[in-house]
Amino acid sequence: MKVGVLALQGAFREQREVCEALGASVTEVRVPEQLGALDALVIPGGESTTMARLLGTSGLRDPLGALLRDGLPVFGTCAGLILLATTILDGLPGQECFGVLDVTVRRNGYGRQQESFETTLDVVGAPAFPGVFIRAPVVEAVGPGVEILAEHRGDPVLVREGVRYGATFHPELSGDLRLHEQFLHAARAA
Amino acid sequence: MTDSQTTGTARVKRGLAEMLRGGVIMDVVDPEQARIAQDAGAVAVMALERVPSDIRRDGGVARMSDPAMIEGIQKVATIPVMAKCRIGHFAEAQVLESLGVDYIDESEVLTPADEAYHVDKWVFTTPFVCGATNLGEALRRINEGACMIRSKGEAGTGNIVEAVRHLRSIFGSIAEAAAANPKDLKALAKEMRVPKALLQEVAARGELPVPLFCAGGIATPADASLAMQLGAQAVFVGSGIFKSEAPEVMAKAIVEATTHFQDPAIVAKVSTGLPGAMRGDEIKTLEVKLAERGW
Repeated sequence: MKVGVLALQGAFREQREVCEALGASVTEVRVPEQLGALDALVIPGGESTTMARLLGTSGLRDPLGALLRDGLPVFGTCAGLILLATTILDGLPGQECFGVLDVTVRRNGYGRQQESFETTLDVVGAPAFPGVFIRAPVVEAVGPGVEILAEHRGDPVLVREGVRYGATFHPELSGDLRLHEQFLHAARAA
Repeated sequence: MTDSQTTGTARVKRGLAEMLRGGVIMDVVDPEQARIAQDAGAVAVMALERVPSDIRRDGGVARMSDPAMIEGIQKVATIPVMAKCRIGHFAEAQVLESLGVDYIDESEVLTPADEAYHVDKWVFTTPFVCGATNLGEALRRINEGACMIRSKGEAGTGNIVEAVRHLRSIFGSIAEAAAANPKDLKALAKEMRVPKALLQEVAARGELPVPLFCAGGIATPADASLAMQLGAQAVFVGSGIFKSEAPEVMAKAIVEATTHFQDPAIVAKVSTGLPGAMRGDEIKTLEVKLAERGW
């Protein structure tokens, strides 16, 4: 299985390591030429405004957006979720990127770094999952087709719309592979 | 399921550094510069009153910035805001924590406040970055709680040579540690004045347990590419952007070069026709070497 990891900026190394540990063949994606024949895409955490800008300069925004709209399975964590969201609050003007996951997400919804935290999440199919939240966004609303797979204090933190997954936290930093395993399983079945 | 949550863990403190990888952290002195940096794609800004080249020119004691200045930058920046305290000045660090800065840089660019102790960084919820010129210094800072290490290249000079020396020294020593037998490792840890277990961890992983970034002297896109190819995971750019002739253009170019550091054609493209980089200094002409501050 060929998984692309968007590697413009952020924690792409951890995403690569997790996908490889699950047996995927990983391509780091920085330019359009690296998009060929992917079975799935992972968008890491990092700074969403930086990634949004680099998606433009690298020429990736349009071809990647087309692949995602065509149904390429995708898993976005933290900043990755922001790039997938249909509506971004507290973003920079024009930051909306792919708009393929029907959620409204607020950047830095918990506040600054001092509010970054760890907790334990009860995820559908993955109980007691370690939740690592770093300047995390908050999902404020979800569309009718979106399934909520985990919540924390009443807010959705892991959502799924078909084969598009989004987490406000960082499973790739937790050492727990279960969510990536679920995603890759769903992507393989797609 | 539990509703409880814990802040200030090593995981979330180091985690923010991991999120900054592949990015550019830019020194800014006012909200307008912060806006330019953010729009150009900076992953974070370092709020300070004077960029290092001006601190160097002005002389005198350099201290933490005025909180009003930091707050002004926090108002416009949606990306992380860092600020500097003096080496060992834990009261300045407390002030920065109370302002809610996202990362504290215990920095040799400011005048050191303590000749014996760096700040005990474990007691803070806010993560710290510290400079290092070699592996022993990096590990001493990590042992004190630093969650990110940066090279200590001569700030404000626009000259990359010192940062290159530091990166090569740190990576060279990690390789030596990885190849060392247990007895030598013990002696090495003693020589470095660090716990043996910490050095063993570095030897086993082949890298520091926290991200290593490059700081000091980056003035061009190719400088950023050089630092990244030498193994730095992100770059700090101080005077190099806002002391260049066209800060906005230089900022964007360095951001692109940092992401595409392995692709010389892209580094060439963003370097083409770039307005002048900052002037820069030869290291041997300097009156004060900032990297010698701290130990």
